[in-house]
Amino acid sequence: MSLPAGLWLLLLFVIPLFMMLSMSLKTCSPASGACTMTWSWGELPHVVNQYRAQFVTSLEFAAIATLIDLVISYPIAYWIAFYGGRKKNFFLIMLLVPFFVSFVIRTLVWQFILSDNGFFISFLQNHHLVSQNFHVLGTGFAVIAGLAYNYLPFTALPLYVALERIDRRVLDAAYDLYANRRNAFLRVIVPLSIPGVFAAFLLTFIPAFGDYVNQEILGGTANTMIGTVIQDLFLATSDYAGGASLSIVLLAISLVGIWFYARVLGSRSIEEYL
Amino acid sequence: MVGHGYIQSVTNQAAEAVSESKVSESAPDRRAIVQIQGVSKLFDDSVAVNNLTLDIYEGEFFSLLGPSGCGKTTTLRMLGGFEEPTSGKILLGGKDVTYLAPYHRDVNTVFQSYALFPHLNIFENVAFGLRRRHIAKSEVASRVGEILEIVDLPGFEKRRASQLSGGQQQRVALARALINEPTLLLLDEPMSALDAKLRHQMQIELKRIQTQVGITFLYVTHDQEEAMTMSDRLAVMRHGVIEGIGSPKDIYDSPTTEFVATFLGASNLLEGQVTESTEATTAVRVAGGAVITLPTERLPHGLSGSSVKVGVRPEKISLISSSSDVGRRNSLRGRVLVSTFTGVGNQYIIELPDETRITVYAQNIGDDTAPRSGEEAILAWPVEHTFAVVPMAGASKEAESES
Repeated sequence: MSLPAGLWLLLLFVIPLFMMLSMSLKTCSPASGACTMTWSWGELPHVVNQYRAQFVTSLEFAAIATLIDLVISYPIAYWIAFYGGRKKNFFLIMLLVPFFVSFVIRTLVWQFILSDNGFFISFLQNHHLVSQNFHVLGTGFAVIAGLAYNYLPFTALPLYVALERIDRRVLDAAYDLYANRRNAFLRVIVPLSIPGVFAAFLLTFIPAFGDYVNQEILGGTANTMIGTVIQDLFLATSDYAGGASLSIVLLAISLVGIWFYARVLGSRSIEEYL
Repeated sequence: MVGHGYIQSVTNQAAEAVSESKVSESAPDRRAIVQIQGVSKLFDDSVAVNNLTLDIYEGEFFSLLGPSGCGKTTTLRMLGGFEEPTSGKILLGGKDVTYLAPYHRDVNTVFQSYALFPHLNIFENVAFGLRRRHIAKSEVASRVGEILEIVDLPGFEKRRASQLSGGQQQRVALARALINEPTLLLLDEPMSALDAKLRHQMQIELKRIQTQVGITFLYVTHDQEEAMTMSDRLAVMRHGVIEGIGSPKDIYDSPTTEFVATFLGASNLLEGQVTESTEATTAVRVAGGAVITLPTERLPHGLSGSSVKVGVRPEKISLISSSSDVGRRNSLRGRVLVSTFTGVGNQYIIELPDETRITVYAQNIGDDTAPRSGEEAILAWPVEHTFAVVPMAGASKEAESES
């Protein structure tokens, strides 16, 4: 049992990770794209400095999008978990159906919705709610909206799992001990759903942080995210060492988040949600 | 011991056992703290509780006993406010609480699974009710300390529920409910998760705590031994109806229905016809021709027709070798089928000539006259230890006698 699993882990995780690590220690010629191993550790601090602005933008966008998702998802997950009755699975599938469509196509539809002559902006302009030169596409708002939309299930599902598993008898006990609905929610449901909130945060924030599709399709040139930079370094400028270094930094930041989660809530509770 | 004062005569109780009103008549000085008045509960057209009327008195330890699905837990949940009755009224301390939310009633519950708050330590678990009622911090601290002392868990304040054993968790659940000094404490099969030895210990403990705090306990269980050990009074429920109510001794000695006779302890029941009935005694001719005599007051009310089942508890029967020793007792002749030594005594299964089997328990008091398998034996028992019950409708009998 453990041999095939270990083999997969080695093939699909450990080897690529080492390849990327070693790539970040090489020096590449921008002209030919050829890289030679030079063991230069300088690339890591160099890219962090060079792309600090993009890191900050990514951090901002991912954080705001995650926050939006938490605010939207919590009531949805709460409602399905506590009032979904026998139709819980149906409601969950309804939540997921839009996400059966490809990521890129979904984002392109958002481009259509938010475009300057799309119905959303036109509607606002026709009713004089916004000025005639108002636009969303190409701004950070569009990117955040796209991120929030695309990663919503990653927030809603862990929240649902956390809320669903709350023992209803514990809730009965709260009512029995003079907690009204508001108190039972704040004193019992919310604290017991905290691991789910953390899991939702990680599962949304980490991919949103490294996302480049939303920025590419919905964003402009002024709000480049770190994912876009990595993509450019690999595919446009052939700076494999730089791209690999940035990827390592991204990975390190994500690991810090997971480490923090494990420290606060224990590593077992991570497994329960993934 | 609280709660025995209102029971006056053991023998008179027999006929009154099913009738709730008569029990309360015999207790004029006791205040009914809980009054359940004609309460019914329907779930999707199935009747969980059927027109239940019951008074529970201040300070008593009352048990609802019955097999799963008898309506005892539904009754408890209606008292706690977790279910609303389909019809009927529930009064608590004279006040109508039928539709009151659980957090507005002066009732606390010890849940079957304890339902401790996993995110709070023991102190905060126990203090939860007081905090919701905005009791001053210093008072909360002293009362939590006090109640943890009572349930024998001093110094456990900082621990988590998951760090405690089942028995300790149960004490915390008890403390968490008792600290609020409710008018009524509900206990929903709180010992079902404990092993037999611990359960036994907790029964004694629980009774001690109840006597100490003086709060009215309503205890729901399917374990007849548990109910008898702790209760001042108990009610046996089946199909949403109370089939027998009274002190454990009354119900055990004078069951009024076949179900009560078999669910609460073991009974030997013989089908028969009433042949003669006077003020004092009634004669019943059982299958096989023998005539069994019982006190007329033990003939259940509402007995329609002359068909009854006469019963006797296994430990009330003596095995004798000579018919000259029978005297004024009831007697039957049979053959010992099985004789089992159980340590504290012998258990016999005696087969009567018509193949009816009778169970007899004889205490191990050191006599060597115990009959062996295959030997003839005469069964004899006093008239006053004989009771009669309404026969149960035949087919469902097997399914009901689970215990």
